[in-house]
Amino acid sequence: MPVDFAQIVQLIVNGVAIGSIYALVAAGLVMTYKATEVLNFAHGDLLMASAFVCWGLITLAGWPFWLAAPATIAAIALLAALIDMLAMRRIVGQPQFAGVMLTIAVGFMLRGAVSLTFGPDARNLPTPWSGQTTRISGVVLTNLSFVIIAATLLVTLALFAFLGRTRIGISVQAASQNQLAAYLSGIRVKWVNSLVWAIAGALAALCGILLAPTALVDISLWHVVLKSLAALVLGGFGSIAGALVGGIGIGLIEQFAGVYMPDGVKDIVAYVILIVMLIVWPRGLLGEAHGRRV
Amino acid sequence: MSLLQVENLALHFGGLKAIDDLSFGVEKGEVFAIIGPNGAGKTSVFNVITRIFSPTEGRILFDGRDITRLPREAIAGARIARTFQNIELFEKATVLDNLLLGRHRFARGGFVAQMLRLPHVAAAERADRDAIETIINVLELSPYRTVPVSELPYGVRKIVEIGRALAIDPTLILLDEPASGLNPEETRDLSFWIEDIRADLDVTVIMVEHDMSLVADVADRVLCMNLGRVLATGTAAEVQSHPDVVAAYLGA
Amino acid sequence: MRFHYETDYGDSQRLLRYAGDWIAWLALAVALLVAPFVLPRFMIGELSYIFILATASLGLMVLMGYTGQVSLGPAAFVAIGAYVHAVVLSMGVPLPLSLLGGSLATAVAGVIVGVPAIRVSGLYLAMVTMAFSIIVEHIIGRWKSVTGGHTGLPVPDAALFGYSLAGPKGFYYLCLAVLVLVFIGLVNVLRSSIGRAFEGVRDSEAAAYSLGVSVPAYKIGAFVLSSGVLGLAGGLMAHHVQHLTPEGFGLILSLELVLMVVIGGLGSLRGAILGAILIGFLPRIISMVKPLLPGASGQQFGLEIFIYGLILLLFVLFEPTGLNGRWLKLKALVTHFPLYRRDTFKRTKTYMKSERYR
Repeated sequence: MPVDFAQIVQLIVNGVAIGSIYALVAAGLVMTYKATEVLNFAHGDLLMASAFVCWGLITLAGWPFWLAAPATIAAIALLAALIDMLAMRRIVGQPQFAGVMLTIAVGFMLRGAVSLTFGPDARNLPTPWSGQTTRISGVVLTNLSFVIIAATLLVTLALFAFLGRTRIGISVQAASQNQLAAYLSGIRVKWVNSLVWAIAGALAALCGILLAPTALVDISLWHVVLKSLAALVLGGFGSIAGALVGGIGIGLIEQFAGVYMPDGVKDIVAYVILIVMLIVWPRGLLGEAHGRRV
Repeated sequence: MSLLQVENLALHFGGLKAIDDLSFGVEKGEVFAIIGPNGAGKTSVFNVITRIFSPTEGRILFDGRDITRLPREAIAGARIARTFQNIELFEKATVLDNLLLGRHRFARGGFVAQMLRLPHVAAAERADRDAIETIINVLELSPYRTVPVSELPYGVRKIVEIGRALAIDPTLILLDEPASGLNPEETRDLSFWIEDIRADLDVTVIMVEHDMSLVADVADRVLCMNLGRVLATGTAAEVQSHPDVVAAYLGA
Repeated sequence: MRFHYETDYGDSQRLLRYAGDWIAWLALAVALLVAPFVLPRFMIGELSYIFILATASLGLMVLMGYTGQVSLGPAAFVAIGAYVHAVVLSMGVPLPLSLLGGSLATAVAGVIVGVPAIRVSGLYLAMVTMAFSIIVEHIIGRWKSVTGGHTGLPVPDAALFGYSLAGPKGFYYLCLAVLVLVFIGLVNVLRSSIGRAFEGVRDSEAAAYSLGVSVPAYKIGAFVLSSGVLGLAGGLMAHHVQHLTPEGFGLILSLELVLMVVIGGLGSLRGAILGAILIGFLPRIISMVKPLLPGASGQQFGLEIFIYGLILLLFVLFEPTGLNGRWLKLKALVTHFPLYRRDTFKRTKTYMKSERYR
């Protein structure tokens, strides 16, 4: 097969771009998972809701993009914090399964609320970079890809700094390992957890705004969280770095599978990777090992 | 020949030597205690015998048979029972259900027979129920038969776990810190029960224990471990006065 | 007040001990048998669907409630059962064999999922099963030669010994019969050593091993049993929808089944059936309530999914033992009356302890 250099570069850039979205969504999942050991199945729905909210602010309320976007991010961050305060706090101490069920419930409610409010039609999100492309030595790349990659880099660096270098970040890690001990150490656990949820919400909102131009403002946006689960499994559950590696990995694999593998494999390759990794290498590429002592 | 023979056992986790060249034998019908500071490898020995871990070196002979590489679920069939340091009861079930599960190795009837509730399945169920009554009587668990385990006081739960281990009808029982968390009265009752287990039910007992008075009361022989190795063996009095043991564990 | 008084080991093992139990079950049996002659036609079809959902729910309950294996993708097994049954039936095989064939094929799929599931538990198993469900839905859509892809596969009418079961009454009794047989079979298995072993695997694998339970074997066994029942329900589902498409067996159906099992109350067969009744009747209840709502954006889908979420939320927060738990509490109130204490089922405060470092 003749190697088409331009096509390969295109695939790589697309893969990194879509992979960055997976990575950012996965990073949001990692945040809540590290803090409260709950896998937030409503994360994708927060993403979906923020796309609709942003669309509504721009199209219905007439706000300019650079006002609507930050407002959306703030609003969804607040919504996520509220979800933690009103719902997640009440099931503290119950097995992990209860948390999974609760987030699935919240996700359903978000989906239903958005569907009731906005109706079933898919819409377009107007952004400053919608539909614009740049040409670099024969390769056509969407400006959106650059924005996504740049945003991912910035956000990842900010998260690393926050979790590793600030007191609050370290409190987050302490509270995630043994809540009672964290309480006794003077950490304001409830406040810290809500903060983490707010950050995760903000991440989801950012991803929604970035993803909407390609995927349209539609209920089905929430599906991206499933791909991010595959990303987390590939990269390893416990770290932002894992989310990044896994996300971009899945993104690249999908793009190349779309060209070099039979028709239809691209859609399920992420899930096949998820299953295979969990069986063969459950820690993920960068993950931590846990065991149970009897 | 000893009932249980441990030969040159070693359990290494990378550089950490949980058990380091350990050898000892336990005779049939005796009560054998293993003592030592925390981290000495005592529970690891139990975990190796019951096949939670595979040893790096060495072997274990039970009744002449090499059980070092037996599958984990075959240990009950070999008539070795154990209790756990942190109680591993089935919390949602009643005391009866916990004890009935102890009778699992006597289960008869495959899936179809149980689905159709054939007569021999129903008979086996009644036989199981009858068998655990002996244990309930010996361990004085009558008031707690239908109580869910999660509602029981700590001391009673420890006894239920011993009962469940006895339901296997074992030749050898491994008790992991049976007296931890028990008040003096319960500990005294426990010493009587261990005697009963040995004398009436004909079960050899190996126990890991920190309570020296209990050890002095019931144990025929004692093994003191430290850092995965044998420090001293002998009767309770001999081991307790051994200088190495005093230095490493008991204090002057 | 009712006092437990046993004179024989068999007493506590008997399923129907008191006169009251006999009367209640007999009344239920009569009501169910007579219903098709009394209720309107559309109601009979609805009840048949509830029976199918209840059968599937029972299957999933064995896996999730009794063995503690989380599965977010049961629709995949229902789908396999449905498609295999439809294909085999259209080849001329008699109905009972065809249903069993679908069930067996699904049980084999259960082994395929069960073997890797040994190594994986909790959250990870949830994701594996969900991914499996998505992959199966995708394969069904693509394997056009066998499944008809997205255009769908028509299902031949059900008939037993030449007597057609395609009409609402015939189908009702077929679904009821399957439900009753599955229910009795599962009740027997779950109160025997296999059922206890399942619960042992759920509550403490270490203890189960030490008592001689081969944990991997029983995990696979639970998957096989559960998927066999789901496949059976799938076969019946095929006749209910009459035209199979992969969309009908997607993530939505999976989560509906999980909802039934969780809301019904994990760990009880009664809960599985109660959950199926609630979730099964919900769309009808919603469409009856819809005209009363202001603004009525007329969105059945949005309203349905919102209410599903709301009900699940309320149960997880306020009644984690589910409908079955509520039933048992009411029963305790009635049997202990007037000595029932208000705080009998009060829950104590708990703190989160990381399950990663147990």
